[in-house]
Amino acid sequence: MSQRNRSGLPGFHLTLGYTLLYLGIIVIIPVGGLFVRAAQSPFQELWRLAMNDKAIAAYQLTFGCSLIAASINAVVGTWIAWVLSRYEFPGRRIADALIDFPFALPTAVAGLTLAKLFDPHGWLGSALAALGIQVVLTAKGIILALTFVGLPFVVRALQPVIEQLELEAEEAAASLGAHRGYTFRRVIAPALFPAILTGFAMAFARAVGEYGSVIFVAGNKPYVSQIAPALIVSYLENFEYDGAIAVALVLLILSMLLLLSVNLLERWSSRFLR
Amino acid sequence: MSAIVRSRLAATKKSRRGSEEHPWARRALIASAMVFLFVILVVPLVNVFFQALETGVMPYLRALGDANTVTAIAMTGMTALSSVALNLAFGLTASWCIAKFQFKGKALLLTLIDLPFSVSPVVAGLLYVVLFGRQGFFGPWLDAHDIHIIFALPGMILATLFVTFPFVARELIPLLESEGTEQEQAAMSLGATGWQTYWRVTLPSVKWGLLYGVMLCNARAMGEFGAVYVVSSNIAGKTETVPLRIFNLDLGLGGHVAAFAVATLLAFLALVTLALKTWLEHRQNQDLILASALPKHEH
Repeated sequence: MSQRNRSGLPGFHLTLGYTLLYLGIIVIIPVGGLFVRAAQSPFQELWRLAMNDKAIAAYQLTFGCSLIAASINAVVGTWIAWVLSRYEFPGRRIADALIDFPFALPTAVAGLTLAKLFDPHGWLGSALAALGIQVVLTAKGIILALTFVGLPFVVRALQPVIEQLELEAEEAAASLGAHRGYTFRRVIAPALFPAILTGFAMAFARAVGEYGSVIFVAGNKPYVSQIAPALIVSYLENFEYDGAIAVALVLLILSMLLLLSVNLLERWSSRFLR
Repeated sequence: MSAIVRSRLAATKKSRRGSEEHPWARRALIASAMVFLFVILVVPLVNVFFQALETGVMPYLRALGDANTVTAIAMTGMTALSSVALNLAFGLTASWCIAKFQFKGKALLLTLIDLPFSVSPVVAGLLYVVLFGRQGFFGPWLDAHDIHIIFALPGMILATLFVTFPFVARELIPLLESEGTEQEQAAMSLGATGWQTYWRVTLPSVKWGLLYGVMLCNARAMGEFGAVYVVSSNIAGKTETVPLRIFNLDLGLGGHVAAFAVATLLAFLALVTLALKTWLEHRQNQDLILASALPKHEH
């Protein structure tokens, strides 16, 4: 890495050296290790383990539920971000601070309390049970847990964008006779779209890897509620390392692709910020 | 900390006609959003404390005073302390070279720093099993020298280090970048050494952001479940952290009151984290207002 040091400040080589060393030990060597270990196994065996029925069912549950949860977050997050940044009302600041609660609450606690609440005998679960809806130990439980952990992403991605919207544009639209609903669709929504998409992608990426909260609410039943991270844990508990490595490899490659697309989306949406 | 700048903007914003919903539409939007947040955020939080105290204060205190719970708290403390210290050192060095210098490959470096955020915690734990587990690359060597990493504290610390890796660095890099290098250059041209400049000029300007990053890193380290679950042997009183203890108690070994009692510790940690975050944003906000009130220097 060549450096153009226009600032004349000291410490560049020392700090960059330590950064690369630490990054190498904690991140690059372990991630590389998984790829090397996978390359040592016969490819057909690895493919069979990564793509058998149980694994495919787990990917479908993981990505399907993550997609649904991230979509719920996109809709609800847009609505909450709008209310929090556009309106002044009693309790707004407390509500705003509470948005980060799913980030701050350990996933094990989130899973524990959601499982109890939505249990057929719990506060909320008994009401749903009367309607014939079972949440815990089903895919609905996965969606519930993933919606909870992903809630802050869209709200936090949108708030700065909503606050920097030009009110003049909306006033101009109104003065030209546009209804509020029409203004929202044609003037406001296009400006918010990149940030909504960024928040959606971040919530999706987080949901795909989530384990702690899901295991409490939905359990770990193959074909019914077993998400891909839970399948890895099942393989490890049975000392089937090749199976764990095969599924982990699929998840790792997909999460790298997701990280890349989030980065591109963020760069794209930041063009819309002043 | 863009929230800080945001709340300042919000404070000066005035409502105007033509950019507002009908008052009743607004009331309906606010009320429904608050009901939703109440059900999805407040009810689960209250439920933790309600379930823990359901059978009274004594069973609650007994669950917290259990020897294995105390050991779990100590394990969580050690894990979090080591992760925060090491990732703080990394955050300080990485943010200096990335924010204050231009070099090739910076974008790649930033992406690699972000990588642990997008890796599933379970996969993170597995990475270290592949390296240090009995069947792993270094397994036979470690076995021969009687060194235990997987199913022991060092592995639990490594897994926690991985999942909390970006927190401090990600918080500091944008803050240091926005500060520029003029202040440091001025200090150095007046004869300050590099260290003096760093301690007296650079660090004070980002102290609230630094504290915020440390706090987030600590909250995640104390609450990490998946990654630690994979590398720990999960034995009560030996390799159980607080989140693992909640899981094992909930499985039926200790009953749900005990599980919720231990969970109140982490719920309380989350509340303290949120309160500190709000306070830090308020402080940073005041610093910004102070800075903008000072006369601008001409360069």
